[in-house]
Amino acid sequence: MADVLTYVLHYEGALNKNSLGAVSEGAARAAEIGGECHAVVVGGEDLTDALCQTLGDYGATKVFRAEGPEGLAQPVVDVMAKVIDDHGQSYALFGGGLLGFEIGAGLAARKQAGVTMEVTAVKAQDGKLVAERPILGDSRISVSHYRGDLGIIIGRINAFEIKAGQGRSAEIVDVDVQYSPWSTQATMVKRGEQRGADVDIEGADILVAGGRGLGKAEGFELAEALAKAFGGNSAVAATRAVVDAGWYPYAAQIGQTGKTVSPKLYLAAGISGAIQHKVGMQSSEHIVAINKDANAPIFEFSDLGIVGDLNKIIPKLTAAIKAKKGS
Amino acid sequence: MKICVLVKEVPDAAVEKRIDPSTGRMDRSGERNLNPYDTHAIEAAMQLREGGAIEVDEIVAVTMGPSSATRALQKAVSLGADRSIHLTDDGLAGSDVAATGYALAKAMAKESPDLVLLGQQSDDGACYTIGAVVADHLKMPSLTQVIKMEVTGPAAHALTCERQAEYGYDTVELQLPAVISVGDAINEPRYPSLKAIMGAKKKPLETVAAGDVGIDLSLVGGDGSRVLCGDFRDPPARAAGQIIEDEDTDETVSQIVAWLDERKLI
Repeated sequence: MADVLTYVLHYEGALNKNSLGAVSEGAARAAEIGGECHAVVVGGEDLTDALCQTLGDYGATKVFRAEGPEGLAQPVVDVMAKVIDDHGQSYALFGGGLLGFEIGAGLAARKQAGVTMEVTAVKAQDGKLVAERPILGDSRISVSHYRGDLGIIIGRINAFEIKAGQGRSAEIVDVDVQYSPWSTQATMVKRGEQRGADVDIEGADILVAGGRGLGKAEGFELAEALAKAFGGNSAVAATRAVVDAGWYPYAAQIGQTGKTVSPKLYLAAGISGAIQHKVGMQSSEHIVAINKDANAPIFEFSDLGIVGDLNKIIPKLTAAIKAKKGS
Repeated sequence: MKICVLVKEVPDAAVEKRIDPSTGRMDRSGERNLNPYDTHAIEAAMQLREGGAIEVDEIVAVTMGPSSATRALQKAVSLGADRSIHLTDDGLAGSDVAATGYALAKAMAKESPDLVLLGQQSDDGACYTIGAVVADHLKMPSLTQVIKMEVTGPAAHALTCERQAEYGYDTVELQLPAVISVGDAINEPRYPSLKAIMGAKKKPLETVAAGDVGIDLSLVGGDGSRVLCGDFRDPPARAAGQIIEDEDTDETVSQIVAWLDERKLI
């Protein structure tokens, strides 16, 4: 059987967008190798029949639903391993995100399967699926071929396009799982805590984003002044590192565990350009980067890169833009 | 408690990021060093030891790799580990992530660690996943990308961890023994003292082969791995951006403004 099993994450009754992308991708690729796309969901009463059935709209034909803790990886490994044992899917596909990495890796260990992460494209080749992954700082592409009964594919965030309107009716199959002892030794104490102010960056045309190179929390005053000088629909965004450090609100975070944006102008100040950041902003129309390290990866995907001290450059840039706007 | 810290030898960051101007590709030759992300795991172990909430008897650095990998272990010891284990065997060469995690779990099993710590990713392979593979083999709960860790629970037998997920911050309590991969925001690793660097070579280093720790050679190495990587190619070329080296900031700023203005971004 050439079926593809995906995991669908949900939070407060909403299905994760990257998971929906995985379902659409799974359905499209499974069709090319003569199979179907199935989905696994794990949670409580918020996993209603109606919510599970919406997965049919993205291409799933079966939804395996198990009662269990939400937001933890290892219980999902138990569920997916059982579903694969019972139904023999050939591939497990994840849409990216932390849980996808954890579940995919755990499942690889459990089922002695091959796993590829950060996958940006899945292709059907000779009746099998192969996975493409950028490596060495995205400077090369490597293609994974799988041996054995199961191949595990963990997508990069935003890699798979969501295709709604497939109009399939998904059959819901309730799964009774005996959880492994170690899967029950992690418990969620608090889930999805928001830290910092609720700011809106997704609608902005111009984003001034700050990273560790701003030096300290107060460094964001430079970014805010610059955004203000641009005026209009501009806002300030931040990297994961500085949000974790408490310098800026989580709601302003770009990247893998934050927002994905595509403004007209993305001005990165003191951001090195890690892959996890890049995936959240690479489709911006114009990317300008200011960084003192000439070797920072961000210069590899910037339209204009300035190697220099942002503390010297940004105040003068802010003043120059203000002057320009005033003229 | 006994803590095992998984470490890896990777190409030195200063070397790795260089683009060879003659080929336009990354130059990966030269110095190798301890994976920088691993220093956060060692630091986390040291902070548990120094924190006093739990008695840490021993911190053991564990790696798998060729003979040169002992340097990464010595660096780990200079940063605070008490001794180290080097798993090395020709049969392990070419192992994929799943096979590597299996082999490392086997190498640690005889140590019966109460806690396994590792960094969030390796600087070269960047798979983020070894922790979850190891945890399933060791049958321990696990969590990755942890940025805060506190000893809790009755008899200090649990760790309460925080990490950032896709929808905000999660707080998760894990019963020990557990496998935790730490994010780079968890701490600022200390620099080793000269004395610690000098003393590192004198700390016990145990070298083990696959057979010594019961690794099934049919499950590791190039032949035992379930993923075959190949068909390497370059990604679609991206038009190179313009680079300005800031020497005269007034001039730099007027160039930036002109660039933005041309594109109607002001």
